[in-house]
Amino acid sequence: MIEFLQQLVNGLAQGGIYALIALGYTMVYGVLRFINFAHGDIFMLGSFAGLYLGPRLLAASGLGPSYAGVALVLLVAMALSALAGIVIERVCYRPLRQQPRITVLITAIGVSLLLENGGQLVFGANPQSFPDLIVDRALDIPAAWGALSALTITLSQVLVLGATLALLVLLRHIVNRTRIGLAMRALAFNPTATQLSGVNLDRVIGFTFGLGSALAGAAGILASIQQPSIDPLMGINAGLKAFVAAVLGGIGNLPGAVLGGILIGLLEALVVGYFSPTYRDPIVFTVLILILLLRPAGLLGSLEREKV
Amino acid sequence: MTSRSNLVFCLVLLAFGTLAPFAGGIGPYYYDILISIGINVILAVSLNLINGYTGQFSLGHAGFMAVGAYVSSWLTLQAGTPGGTVGAMVFAAALLAGGLGAALAGLAVGIPSLRLRGDYLAIVTLGFNEIIKGLIQNAEPLGAQRGLGGMGKYTGFFSTFACAALAVLVVYNLVQSTCGRGFLAVRDDEVAAESVGLNPTRYKVAAFVISACFAGLAGGLYAHFKQFIHPEAFGFLRSMDIVVMVILGGMGRMAGACFAAVLLTVLPELLRYVAHIEALPEWLRHVAENRMILYSLLLIVLMLARPQGLFNFRLPFMKKNPSP
Repeated sequence: MIEFLQQLVNGLAQGGIYALIALGYTMVYGVLRFINFAHGDIFMLGSFAGLYLGPRLLAASGLGPSYAGVALVLLVAMALSALAGIVIERVCYRPLRQQPRITVLITAIGVSLLLENGGQLVFGANPQSFPDLIVDRALDIPAAWGALSALTITLSQVLVLGATLALLVLLRHIVNRTRIGLAMRALAFNPTATQLSGVNLDRVIGFTFGLGSALAGAAGILASIQQPSIDPLMGINAGLKAFVAAVLGGIGNLPGAVLGGILIGLLEALVVGYFSPTYRDPIVFTVLILILLLRPAGLLGSLEREKV
Repeated sequence: MTSRSNLVFCLVLLAFGTLAPFAGGIGPYYYDILISIGINVILAVSLNLINGYTGQFSLGHAGFMAVGAYVSSWLTLQAGTPGGTVGAMVFAAALLAGGLGAALAGLAVGIPSLRLRGDYLAIVTLGFNEIIKGLIQNAEPLGAQRGLGGMGKYTGFFSTFACAALAVLVVYNLVQSTCGRGFLAVRDDEVAAESVGLNPTRYKVAAFVISACFAGLAGGLYAHFKQFIHPEAFGFLRSMDIVVMVILGGMGRMAGACFAAVLLTVLPELLRYVAHIEALPEWLRHVAENRMILYSLLLIVLMLARPQGLFNFRLPFMKKNPSP
């Protein structure tokens, strides 16, 4: 039992990361009906921003490894990732907006390959160890909790979950309570009508890319705090898993992306814990195929009728 | 291509094959490149049936190749890698079995594809590729993560180019046939195709099965050429290589796909040569070493500037409305 709970804790922490990345996929899909293949690589860029700037920021601000230090690095990495996302959209996707979707898809694959291989060229292909932004330790669980005190919960796991939760609340506020969020929702609902009512499409789409990329960048930092070995190809697998999460929850649906991310994280932890790590990827992709066969709209999504 | 020039093209490929006895004279390095060209032509032409003619988007071609490679290798190893005529017959049977195994895998991928299109299909095929890779990595009789080796070197000039000619001939004639027009109809407008009584699902699944079969053949040739196969060799990057060939050639162009397959097989060798030129600046040599950087830039620039493909043009002496 205690082992099962332990796997749940591990899965939850990993699932939070997937949820943050999945949100970017789902938001971009909502406004553009297109899967941004390069999204997983933005996650990688966020992580490398932390690798290079993290120690310098901590030293320059005099914070040292601390919560405030993590928050600072997180914000800087998010800003840089958002910038990367906006630039990619502006240069590679915007000129193709009237083209067939397959053209945009191929471009996105190209951008993804460019970031991965360019990353290998610039950062080096070998895994590098991520600096300690915080001194990680196992939390003391009070003996009064009985058998639960045998659980190992690390500070970084709590930090990841807390930061994920905070970012989700912030995102919810932006999407539901601000003017730009209203424009995003309108655009997802009906692009033509939105444009007719005077919304600047380019600005909203750019903002959506920036927002999604910022979340992916944050996920990059948080994932690297948990697993401090990073390499330029780390975005492929994380991106694919997060995509599966977005589809599982129902693509285009924000709460669905979070639910899907958590579920995929839990599933992975259970497969690794009770089965074998070598079966992790095949099982996750089998889930993707099953969900597409049985319920293509995902758990929380609603099916759109295709108009001819 | 007219049907006559099509025939001529196949004869050229076959002539390549019959040059086999003289192939020893060209040196092992060039021999290897020529065989790789043949294998890549099969892969590009077969993927073109899905991505080009039928308008679907598969990112998992290496998965089918893996099925063919492992099935045929397992069979020749079980047969004890005999030599001589018996060996040739065993190899032919193993190749056939590899192709059929891959075709079955193609059926398994094709069936979910009937509910999906575009980006979704791309990711699902990618997922299938990973599943196949993952299953092989867990299969002890197939060497699991250590890879599988010890196959006889059965693949030669004749077998490679005969298979390449077969792939070109089958795909070309298929697309020309009445049935094949269905592929093009599904690509151009699925709803319209359905409204005139075509069943898009059947065409899509057929495209996957036939294409996967040839990818399996190519995998069998590859396995008995390299004599060692490893699950990692059939991953995402290999699939991307094939996709780049098809896109570069212009999706749905037979000659373009063949030409791109030749170019992209020779290009890495040239780049390797460039990477060793001392006079060039350090970063340029690094870029030359990593061909994927160039491929990815090529993809982006191509889509922005010339989405119909690099080799999708008509020379002045070509007919005005050439078939695919």
